[in-house]
Amino acid sequence: MSTRQDRVALPPVNAQKTNLTCHFCIVGCGYHVYKWPDNTEGGRAPHENALGLDFRKQLPPLAAIMTPAMANTIVERNGRRYNIMILPDKGCSVNQGLSSIRGGQLAKVMYTGDGVGKERLKTPRVNYGDQWVDTGWESALNLYAGVSKKILDSDGPSGVVFDCFDHGGAGGGFENTWGTGKLMFTALQTPMVRIHNRPAYNSECHATREMGIGELNNSYEDAELADTIMAIGCNSYETQTNYFLAHWLPNLQGGTKAKKQKFFPGESFADTRIIFVDPRRSPTVAICEAVAGKDRCLHLDIEPGTDIALFNGLFTYVIEQGWHDKAFIASNTRDFDAAAAANKLSLDECSKITGISVARLQQAAEWAYKPNASGQRPRTMHAYEKGIIWGNDNYLIQSALVDVVLATRNVGRRGTGVVRMGGHQEGYTRPPYPGNSKIYIDEAIIQGKGLMYTAWACNPFQTTLNAEEHRRVIMRRTAIVKEALGKSRGATTAQMIDVIYDACKNKGGLFLANINLYSTSLAEAAHLMLPSAHPGETWLTSMNGERRLRLSEKFMDAPGTAKADCLIAADIANTMKRMYEAEGKADMVKRFSGFEWKTEEDAFNDGFRIAGTAGAPPIDSQGGGTGYLATYERLRTAGNNGVQLPIKEYTGGKLVGTEMLYLDGKFDTADGKAIFKSSPWPGLPKVVADQKAKHKFWINNGRVNEVWQTGYHDMYNEFIRNRWPMAFVEVNPNDAMSMSVASGDVVEIYNDYGTSYAMAYLEPSIKPNQTFMQFGYFNGIVGDVVTPWTDRNVVPYYKGTWASIRRVGTVADFKETVSFKERRWS
Amino acid sequence: MGNVVSRREFLKFTGGVAAGAAAVPGTAEAATGADAGRVTLRYPAKAIGKAGGIAANAPTQFTYPDASSPCVVLKMGKPVLGGVGPNGDIVAYSTMCTHMGCPVAYDAGQRIFKCPCHFSTFDAEKSGQIVCGQATENLPRIVLNYNSSNDTVTAVAVDGLLYGRQSNLL
Repeated sequence: MSTRQDRVALPPVNAQKTNLTCHFCIVGCGYHVYKWPDNTEGGRAPHENALGLDFRKQLPPLAAIMTPAMANTIVERNGRRYNIMILPDKGCSVNQGLSSIRGGQLAKVMYTGDGVGKERLKTPRVNYGDQWVDTGWESALNLYAGVSKKILDSDGPSGVVFDCFDHGGAGGGFENTWGTGKLMFTALQTPMVRIHNRPAYNSECHATREMGIGELNNSYEDAELADTIMAIGCNSYETQTNYFLAHWLPNLQGGTKAKKQKFFPGESFADTRIIFVDPRRSPTVAICEAVAGKDRCLHLDIEPGTDIALFNGLFTYVIEQGWHDKAFIASNTRDFDAAAAANKLSLDECSKITGISVARLQQAAEWAYKPNASGQRPRTMHAYEKGIIWGNDNYLIQSALVDVVLATRNVGRRGTGVVRMGGHQEGYTRPPYPGNSKIYIDEAIIQGKGLMYTAWACNPFQTTLNAEEHRRVIMRRTAIVKEALGKSRGATTAQMIDVIYDACKNKGGLFLANINLYSTSLAEAAHLMLPSAHPGETWLTSMNGERRLRLSEKFMDAPGTAKADCLIAADIANTMKRMYEAEGKADMVKRFSGFEWKTEEDAFNDGFRIAGTAGAPPIDSQGGGTGYLATYERLRTAGNNGVQLPIKEYTGGKLVGTEMLYLDGKFDTADGKAIFKSSPWPGLPKVVADQKAKHKFWINNGRVNEVWQTGYHDMYNEFIRNRWPMAFVEVNPNDAMSMSVASGDVVEIYNDYGTSYAMAYLEPSIKPNQTFMQFGYFNGIVGDVVTPWTDRNVVPYYKGTWASIRRVGTVADFKETVSFKERRWS
Repeated sequence: MGNVVSRREFLKFTGGVAAGAAAVPGTAEAATGADAGRVTLRYPAKAIGKAGGIAANAPTQFTYPDASSPCVVLKMGKPVLGGVGPNGDIVAYSTMCTHMGCPVAYDAGQRIFKCPCHFSTFDAEKSGQIVCGQATENLPRIVLNYNSSNDTVTAVAVDGLLYGRQSNLL
């Protein structure tokens, strides 16, 4: 076979065509999947292929995206071979035919025996002490359920610990949050659960919700209508790509004025402005400066961790200038005066703390909040993500931000919104959490608590904070179990359960099960692995950052006997139910009942569609009380545009959704009034300040465009691995010179909490004494140097740690093959 | 054993024939034609200039493998990946962005190609590797041969699929 990748097979006119929402980032771009027997293919004439394009001649620019990464050949379980092609949907309002570098590779990452997915888990595996052995579902489930039951019966639910997703997209979705949630919270009833990227069972948006404002309160279209966009701690070109390209950019380029005219007749519109709050000049800042010009792009490059002071300063200044909406504050909110007093910070003080000049603070305030000559308030959309979510006190920053937003009524009006940009898609439907407090699970594990740990589509080794110690303890505790298993030659499953339980209960061990697409780095510690599946191999619903619910249709078999997470949860529950039936324990049989699902749709109907209906148990669902209106069939008809939750009605064969929340000025509180929150500037947390005092470099960190999440697919994707063989760290060139570090060198990054390694990447726009390291990667883990500090809700400050750096050495291959050109547009 | 075609090879060859037959419907000759055993496209060879005449770090435009595929040849001034010529420093690329086909511009200062539509950038000194952006493929590299006897650089193939094509050859 030619390896030049200079041809692709075209889908014939009669190719099967289904819908797929990209299962990577929050944006959820719509794609079409074409599938056809691999012994046929479409012709080049437009009437001979399913795309209707004329490939007899060169296509003009912007006509289509169709690359080798969008094509693949798969083999079904019945042995039949099919070509697949996965192309962005021009009719999807989200991406409008655009693909990102991540979603553009959806076909490439689908399972084939010799492709990116070749290392996928295909069957359950058990570690018998020193080696991994394939096993069947029955024995694996008996082992998993048996250990769970033994702990549950002997020690209660708190012995059974989970690290489980709560989101949408791959490793998530309404079906799977329900399936796992029902297992954890209704059947096992354990409170010992953490979420994929944080060490407790908590929200990332406690403050804004308590203030009455859900964090996803507008539509992507509102970014087209805004007069000013304030982007806070978000790097949207890289991490919400097609939201940025299809909705922000056209507004900055003046391409949405006709739409504004339609929404707001009779008004005139100045050129759109954008304000960034980010200590780093991110690639998004660079692009916006080029597109909008520096006179319409203001970058507030604040000192790390000073966001609270920034928003308190702006809030105070807005009140001093009289730009706040006094009538709205009086009639639709509470506690304004208390917050105004508590948060009071002069621009001079604000400038000292944030490092931003008073003039630039004033300019930002004028762009975002100053009414024009006719008294019209600017429509300012506030977009925020990990700079706040993982910032210096998540709770207080959100409070400070939403205070100034509320005061200027930049929520509940079209063209505004105070919204998180998001990481994963969303997809939450679960029974209520069975606990009254937030438990710092990582600390509990380090302290030796818990007997069994299930990592479900999660990888804390790569993504948690204080990761080195956490990993060291898990390795030590799981090794105790491995040693015991290694000595139990010829043991039956029942005997293995006793051996495992004894090692955990009496010797400090921890039994670790890993439920995932791949074995991941957790395989070093795990004892049992169960193979899971992702969208396309399963049916799955999720919602994106504008609450847009879509159904991804199954179009191919999962590898081996891998299956959807909700069906794995059902298998576990049903196995435990049979065990309790054998013992005649009726109460436990009842707890483990209600998992008689044959399909993902059964799980969807059991959770998302039951929530809020008469006779249903309490369910926390992002579908609210009208989720029952969304059937798979209706969602299939709704296609890649789906419906925005909450659903208002089903009429004329269509689901009708909600574009924007709070248009009526009523918020999610008992009396409908939004609540201002006090959030005085607290300074840096002591443990963080201590590291800052001892170590030279701020280790900022975050996502990078080319890589999705932990790189679970990407680590097997040569295209991505060639670009990022190792986590990179952007370093100021003068700082690098002082350490004799060049691009492509490997450096050690270390502080009191741990050591990480990264590939140096010299970047002129990085300030002295600052860095930026790729987060969550498989080769170089920044979490190793992140302090264990969390806010009051156990939300980490991943972005805030300081460390020292030293040069380790040079990898010649990195220098020869990896580009170290500037990643900022100029 | 030397004459036995393995099942894998048999499938490979018949697969190639099926593709050829589909591209040229009704031509029964294709099944036994000269291309039946080929797994590569028949790229033309096209002389694009003398190595000594190619300006340093300045793009020279040409088209390859046909008139609707714009490309540039560059002399980087130091040996680079895939470079040919007496100094191993001559490279050539398609100038259609692999993402959506917009014309990429060469930035002589950074020695990268930049796409103005969605901001993908590609490194001319690293085989067209994506630096940052939304393209799922590096910039297609034009494979060059160098004949030292007459100092001629010749385009002979394309590495990677050109934007907007089912096959690099129309």
